Amino acid sequence: MSKVEIDPVSGEQTTGHEWNGIKELDTPVPRGILWFIVVTHLFALVWWVLMPAFPLGWTYTKGILGIDQRDTVEQVIVGNQTAREPWTSQIAALPFDQIQADEALMTHVAQSGRQLFGDNCAACHGLNGTGRSSYPDLTDGDWLWGDGSPEAIAETMRVGINARHDETRMSQMPAFGRDAMLRRPEVRQVAQYVYSLSHPEYSTADNVDTIAAGQQLFIDNCSGCHGESGTGIADIGAPNLTDAAWLYGGAIEDIIESVHGGRTGHMPTWDERLTATEIKTLALYVYALGMASP
Amino acid sequence: MVAGLTRAERQSCLFLLTLVGLGALLVAVPGRWDPIGVHGLLVILLCAATAAYILPRLDLPEPVEDRSLSYYDDPIKAGIALTMIWAIFGMFVGVWVAAQLAWPALNFDMAWSSFGRLRPAHTTGVIFGFGGNALIATSFHVVQRTSRARLAGHVSPWFVIFGYNLFCIMAVTGYGMGITQSKEYAEPEWYADIWLVIVWVTYFVLFLRTLARRKEPHIYVANWYYLAFIVVVAILHIVNNLALPVSLAGAKSYTIWPGVQDAMVQWWYGHNAVAFFLTAGFLAMMYYYLPKRANRPIFSYRLSILSFWGITFFYMWAGSHHLHYTALPHWVQTLGMTFSVMLLVPSWASAGNALMTLRGAWHKVRDDATLRFMVVAAIFYGLSTFEGSFMAVRAVNSLSHYTDWTVGHVHAGALGWVALITFGSIYTLVPALWKRERMYSNGLIEVHFWLALTGTLIYVFAMWNSGIIQGLMWRTYTESDTLAYSFVDTLVAMYPYYIARTIGGLLFLIGAIVGSYNIWMTVRRGIPVQEKLGEGELAPAGAVPSPAE
Repeated sequence: MSKVEIDPVSGEQTTGHEWNGIKELDTPVPRGILWFIVVTHLFALVWWVLMPAFPLGWTYTKGILGIDQRDTVEQVIVGNQTAREPWTSQIAALPFDQIQADEALMTHVAQSGRQLFGDNCAACHGLNGTGRSSYPDLTDGDWLWGDGSPEAIAETMRVGINARHDETRMSQMPAFGRDAMLRRPEVRQVAQYVYSLSHPEYSTADNVDTIAAGQQLFIDNCSGCHGESGTGIADIGAPNLTDAAWLYGGAIEDIIESVHGGRTGHMPTWDERLTATEIKTLALYVYALGMASP
Repeated sequence: MVAGLTRAERQSCLFLLTLVGLGALLVAVPGRWDPIGVHGLLVILLCAATAAYILPRLDLPEPVEDRSLSYYDDPIKAGIALTMIWAIFGMFVGVWVAAQLAWPALNFDMAWSSFGRLRPAHTTGVIFGFGGNALIATSFHVVQRTSRARLAGHVSPWFVIFGYNLFCIMAVTGYGMGITQSKEYAEPEWYADIWLVIVWVTYFVLFLRTLARRKEPHIYVANWYYLAFIVVVAILHIVNNLALPVSLAGAKSYTIWPGVQDAMVQWWYGHNAVAFFLTAGFLAMMYYYLPKRANRPIFSYRLSILSFWGITFFYMWAGSHHLHYTALPHWVQTLGMTFSVMLLVPSWASAGNALMTLRGAWHKVRDDATLRFMVVAAIFYGLSTFEGSFMAVRAVNSLSHYTDWTVGHVHAGALGWVALITFGSIYTLVPALWKRERMYSNGLIEVHFWLALTGTLIYVFAMWNSGIIQGLMWRTYTESDTLAYSFVDTLVAMYPYYIARTIGGLLFLIGAIVGSYNIWMTVRRGIPVQEKLGEGELAPAGAVPSPAE
């Protein structure tokens, strides 16, 4: 059944075939398409000549430009390292105070530190370093470990806290309630006392007896780490309990939970993941975060 | 459905169900402590339920008419229903995962609903569930009509549809339980893969035998594409999924391909799945339903030949463009890039062939939303193939790779091309299949069209913006020669686009629901067609069928 017809709309012939009412025109391939084929194939041919293209058993055609992606990436990496060299070498060599005194170097710290902090620290401490529940705020001037100097910050980053590093900073708040060192009412009393340290208005006539009992318990059980006055000891990572900064929440119920179940924070060691220069840069960056916020 | 089968065929169905159920038992018992055991049980239950449906109908009257004089449309009807069910499921999960990217808490802290498990449920649901069922159903329709021959079998079409959907169900439920071989678009494990091979070979044989029965001297273009789709998908599926199971009583397996070769095989598979599943098969749909609906002859037979062989030849080489700037040798990347550029010609030739077919019928595009679905699909096909070739150029890829631009590109193709051509085809097919004058509501087709188009545009523009911003942020350096932005910075920048994307996807989903309602009402309440030459009867040579058929 082959019946060639002329399509009235286009004036083209049909092929003479028909499938359930569908016909086809025998229109020649438009010239534009043929040119398009020529252009794309010429492009491919030229590219094959210039670039690595075809396998030849154990080797391949290298292309007359001699370009290979492994060389290219190597060049880019080395190029970037060389470009950074002038200031990274200074950061590596100079002590912190001299770097801080150098405005140009501190600009490099601010520019590169932001991305380093974002990719390595922000997951826990937040993009702006303000932390969140259970992860310390790095901008409030309150430091668990050390004096908040760039040196101390760099050291914490190097060895981590309760981390897998031989020299890691180790500290643990025992679970006084769970491990039966204090009975339930005692946990509450000591928590009320601790709460009153940062909330003087809490010491009302109603509470004063409980708080006094709590204070005795505190001296017997807590002062070894947190100090007689509760101001903490930064060398062993024991927090100051008299200020407004609370890592695990400062309400009485939160404090009860901390005293009952204990706390063990964890900060990874960055010794192997970051270079010494990067750690130094980050320490200066973090220090500056704290300085920038009132 | 059962009424159209002879008693012997009904018994064959029961026999097959028993066989599959017993096979599942062999997996379920030793694998009872593994997720594979759950799948075994699931298959047994589904087989039992189907058998329980057939068994009481075993003694229904057999068909009395000469079946060879009519087309076999029952499996197609089932396929269309499944297509729309999967569409709603897959697109709903898509909207859900999109929303999770903007609001991560929407995983509700459950393992099965975490992004990593839902995302393949979305891709499998839309590509294999929605797309695959549409392809199988329309191929059964087109091959019969263009060959003037009834499907070569009564049990095998059901086996193909039942078996294929069983594969999809195993895939999607498996992800929830954590079963995956971590190959994109090929996540299901070895036992599901073997099952799909059995189903697919049956499909291939059925299609070939039907073609062999044809009463037309020539094979129509649409069938070339369907055949390419079936043959190549079989090859891709088998090669990419070659794996050794850890134990026959467990789901876990390891691929036989090592390292970078695994990556290359995976993307040879992945890109040709785009080519032969999402392109060739849907071009077949376009080549039948578009000229049917427009009632115009195909613009150029010669262009059809050029684009068919161009597409089948060039696509095979292009997969390595998914691995630019990786451990893959540079020369393989060059080949992938250059063949992708050459591929643009046959792709545009296909789109052009479709659009030029509308000469003398453009006024219909204005009035008929069904035809407009297919026309806009052809335009999106042209746009996204251009975009694909462009992104395959290494220099462009260095910006676009790993960004949302890729996601936008895929959805320009998946929503704009694949889904729109499918809806256009289904709106043409449904009234013909159920012998209705027209769809229940043309107004609802308009509503669906505009929802789908708006949704697609919002989605694609959001992802273009997001992707390019993301790519630029990744490569921005400070004056200190260090990277300017951290990964978190890019997430903050992408957040508004993630919300826009969710809205675009939601519109598209609503459109699909409207479409499903329209189809349902057409089947239930559509105006029956006046009896002329019945749609179901084999058209005698030279007869002019109704344009809607």
